[in-house]
Amino acid sequence: MSTRKPSSKELPIGAVVTKSSMEYETGDWGVMKPQTDLEKCTQCTLCHYFCPEGAITMNDDGYPEVINKYCKGCGICAEECPVKCIEMVRTK
Amino acid sequence: MSELNLKQASRKPEGLAAGHRLCAGCGHSIVVRMILKATRGPTIATSATGCLEVATSIMPYSSWNIPWIHNAFENAAATASGIESAWQAQRKRGKGPLAKYETLDVIAFAGDGGTYDIGLQALSGALERGHDFTYVLLDNEAYMNTGIQRSGGTPFAAATTTSPAGSVIPGKKEWKKPIDDIVIAHGIPYVATLNPAWPMDVMRKSRTAFEVEGPAFLHAFIGCPRGWRYPMEKTISLSRLATQTCLFPLYECTLEEGRPVYKLSGPSAAIARRPASKKPVEEYLVSQGRFRHLFRPEKRDDLIDSIQAWVDQKWEILLEKAGV
Repeated sequence: MSTRKPSSKELPIGAVVTKSSMEYETGDWGVMKPQTDLEKCTQCTLCHYFCPEGAITMNDDGYPEVINKYCKGCGICAEECPVKCIEMVRTK
Repeated sequence: MSELNLKQASRKPEGLAAGHRLCAGCGHSIVVRMILKATRGPTIATSATGCLEVATSIMPYSSWNIPWIHNAFENAAATASGIESAWQAQRKRGKGPLAKYETLDVIAFAGDGGTYDIGLQALSGALERGHDFTYVLLDNEAYMNTGIQRSGGTPFAAATTTSPAGSVIPGKKEWKKPIDDIVIAHGIPYVATLNPAWPMDVMRKSRTAFEVEGPAFLHAFIGCPRGWRYPMEKTISLSRLATQTCLFPLYECTLEEGRPVYKLSGPSAAIARRPASKKPVEEYLVSQGRFRHLFRPEKRDDLIDSIQAWVDQKWEILLEKAGV
């Protein structure tokens, strides 16, 4: 005697992505975090483009804002800022 | 169609969300974010197996804010042709979910393994059939995803796990495959090289690639801190150095009356005007651990000179083609 097999509606969801990776916070990977000195900032937006995570967004005034919960602390922004207004600071 | 500039594009929502698990300092997401900022509207992307695919789609998370299909290693171009054909067919019949789109940017992302070696026949076939899609080659010069194995895109003398540098053999023995020339030989309307160190150049070329009728090919330079053995904050400065040493010249190639017309882009055109500003290739090699055996324990001037001669020859050939 075979038992009744589950129908398509009763089967569990397979390998289907159900969440945005925004829920996965990669901020705890790094030990260094960028700190911005907005007085020197020229609003060139380069840090926004060079950030591999998209963790630097430009706010309404055109200044960069770092989202620490995604920043992996690679330091590209501090290295590439033309006016050196970003500094990497050890947080751990 | 919005005009492209850095300030406006910086306010455009991200195509690739944060929270993906690429290494800190990886070049993939930098380039992909810039390319997705240049899209005109509806976009569908597909990506071949590689770092980008495994790190952005770890169950149950996805980093893609656009429709995205994963396929096997070899058929990114074939999947993209299928998407484009489905859209054309639905447009023609006037029904179906894609029929309402005036334009559709179909992008195939593939790494150097998925292009130089495994995906070459699918790419060649799609280019020959003339589908209207954009193929992006994310070239990090080895199979980084599976542990730094050499590929057709790995440069001469680079140490990888399958071409290790020892006392007899100094890393990879073969030169890099001229993929751009192979693609240009198909007679497609647009081929360009991208370097993330110049964001505006990347976005302008991507937009041109989307707008052009027929297949377009973009060859992007992707730094890999893990596989190339350099500190993670150097990704952009190293990419910049690759263009300044003419190892990775920036140009675009369009098709005019059946002939390929080469045009050097900003930074490379500046070197063509002032050849003295061209940097020696040694400066690029010395900053990476994969070329360490060229400098330690003793300096291998013979190998460095042969790399410099190869770069000089390729650069001269390109200058001849561009008519500079």
